[in-house]
Amino acid sequence: MGEAIAFYTLAAFILGFAVLVVSTKDTVHSVLFLVLDFLFVAALYVLLSAPFLAVIQILVYAGGIVVLYLFVVMLVNLKRPPEAHQDPRRRSKLGFGLSVAVLLELVAVGLIGVNETGRPVTAAASVMPVSGNTEQVGWLLYTSYLIPFEIASMLLLVAMIGAIVLAKREL
Amino acid sequence: MIDSFVVPLLKILIVLNATLVGVTYMVLLERKVIAWTQSRLGPMRVGPYGILQPVADAVKLMIKEDITPVRADKWVFTAAPIISMVPALIVYAVIPFGPEVSLFGRRVSLFITDVNVGLLYVVSVASVGVYGIILAGYASNSKYPLLASLRASAQLISYEVAVTLTLVSVILMSGTLSMVGIVNAQYNGNVWFAFVQPVAFVIFFIGGLAETNRAPFDMPEAEQELTGGFHTEYSGMRFALFFLAEYANMIVVASVATTLFFGGWLRPFPNVAFLRFLDLIPSWTWFLLKTFVFLYIFIWVRATLPRYRYDQLMRLGWKVLIPLAIGNLVVTGIVKVLMVMW
Amino acid sequence: MITPTHYMLLSAALFMIGVVGVMVRRNIIIIFMSIELILNAVNINLVAFSSQLHHVVGQVFAIFVIAVAAAEAAVGLGIILAFYRNKETVNIDE
Repeated sequence: MGEAIAFYTLAAFILGFAVLVVSTKDTVHSVLFLVLDFLFVAALYVLLSAPFLAVIQILVYAGGIVVLYLFVVMLVNLKRPPEAHQDPRRRSKLGFGLSVAVLLELVAVGLIGVNETGRPVTAAASVMPVSGNTEQVGWLLYTSYLIPFEIASMLLLVAMIGAIVLAKREL
Repeated sequence: MIDSFVVPLLKILIVLNATLVGVTYMVLLERKVIAWTQSRLGPMRVGPYGILQPVADAVKLMIKEDITPVRADKWVFTAAPIISMVPALIVYAVIPFGPEVSLFGRRVSLFITDVNVGLLYVVSVASVGVYGIILAGYASNSKYPLLASLRASAQLISYEVAVTLTLVSVILMSGTLSMVGIVNAQYNGNVWFAFVQPVAFVIFFIGGLAETNRAPFDMPEAEQELTGGFHTEYSGMRFALFFLAEYANMIVVASVATTLFFGGWLRPFPNVAFLRFLDLIPSWTWFLLKTFVFLYIFIWVRATLPRYRYDQLMRLGWKVLIPLAIGNLVVTGIVKVLMVMW
Repeated sequence: MITPTHYMLLSAALFMIGVVGVMVRRNIIIIFMSIELILNAVNINLVAFSSQLHHVVGQVFAIFVIAVAAAEAAVGLGIILAFYRNKETVNIDE
C-alpha cells in the first residue's frame, strides 16, 4: 500500500516535470525542471531497491550532466531572448501523431497483457558470493562485464578529450 | 511505533537545531579567532565577551529590506539560497555521532540513519549544492554576480573530483560505503585512517577548503573581488541564508573529515586498555571535539594564508591535487593487493 | 500492488514525452535534454525488471547507459558551443 502511494506520487511528479521540461519557453527553467525530474527518478530507484544506482543518478546526472547543460545555457543565453513563437509546421503534427499512436499501443498492452506473468526467468545467475546491492553491482561489473566496463571508461576518456578539443577557443 | 517514528523525528530535530545554532555561533567564533590572531579582541559589546553577537546579527539581517532586482528571475532568485542551504543540512542524516547507546532504557543509535551507500550520498548531495551558486549568479540578472558564480561553481566542480578520488581511497581501506561501517573499520583496524592515508587526508582537507569557498580559495566571494561575488544582489534574510549555508557546509566538511579520517566517535587508542578512563567522555563528545578542532583549523588557515588567484587555484586543483589523488588511489590499491597476497 | 507493468507504462510515457520534445522544439539544447529524458525512461525500465527478477544485471546496464549519456552530453555540448561561436544561434532551423 505504501509502495503504491509512493509509486503514483513519484510517477506523477516525474511525468509532470518531464512535460514541463519539454514545454517551457525559458531554457533555464527547462533545465531546472530536468534536475527535479532526475531527483524524482532517483527516488524511484530507491523504491526499486537500487540505492547505489539512485546515488549514482544524483551524482552523475543531476550533479554533473545537468550542471554542464546549465553552464552551456548560460553561456549561450546571454544575449538571446526566449524562443520565439513555435513553428506550427508539419513536424509538430507528426510528433503528436506518433505519440498518440504509441499511447494507444500502450493502453492496449496495459489492458491485455496485465494478467500474464511471463516465463519465470532462471536468472542466469552466477551465484554471487557477496551480499548488498553495491557489492553485487561491483561484483558483476568486475567479473562478467569487465570488458564493457573498460570500454566504457575508454569511451569517457575519448569523450572528455573530444569535448575539450571542440570547446577550446584556439587549437 | 515509537521506535520507528518518534525516535528518528527527535533525532532529526536535535541535529537540525544543533546544526543551526552551531552555524550561527560559528560566525562569532570566526570573528573572535581571527581577531585574536590579529592581536585584537573581536566583538565584545553585545553580551559578555560578545556572546550574543549572533543574535544581534540575526535580528539585523531579518529586519533588513528585502530587495529583488528588477527583471531578475523571481522564482529562481528566491530559490537559490534555499538550494544552497538544504544540501548542507540533509547531509547530517548519515553522519554518525556515536554508536548504539542505552538511553532511558532503550537502545538508541546516535545517528539518524545508516544508509549502506552513505558516503556516496554525502558526495552526491555536495554535488547538488553547486546549483545554489550557479542560480544565484544567474538570477541576479547582472554581470558581476554571473561571472563570479560561474567562477565559483567551476572551482567547486573541479575540487569535487579530487575530493571524490580521496574518498575512494578511504573506501578501499574500509571496504564499505556506510559511514558507520567506516568508523567500525577504523575501530577494528585500531588505527585512524588519517595515519594510514595521510595524502588522502591532506587532499581532502584542501579540497574541503575549496569546496566551501573558504580562504585561501575564496576569490569568488571575497569583498575585494568582483564587487562581492555571486551574492552581491542579495540582502537581508536571503543573504543570511547564503552566509549560513557556507558555514553549514564548513561544519559538514569538518564532520565528514572527522568520521572518515579521525575515527568519528572513537576515543584515541580505543584498544589500549590503559587509557580506559578516557571512556568517561561520551562518544559524541569526542566527535564534537574533533569536529571543533577541524573548524578551528579552518579559521586558522583563513587568518593566516593569503588568497589564491583564480588561475593558480584551478591549476592547483587540476594539475596537482587530481594526479596526487589518483596516485594515492593506485598505491593504496597495490598495497591492499600485496597485503592480501601475503 | 505495483507490477513491472506499471513501471513499463511509466517508462513508456516518459519516453513519449522525450520523443515529443525532440520532434517539436527547435532549441538544440532542449532537444538534447529530451534525449536525456529518453535515456532515463530506458533506465527506469531496466531497473524495474532488475528488481522483479532479483538480479542486478539490469542495474549494471543502467550504469552503462548513464556513462554513455554523460559522454554524449559532454561531446554534444562541446559541438553546440563550437557551433554557437560561429553562427550565434541555437535554433536548429537556422
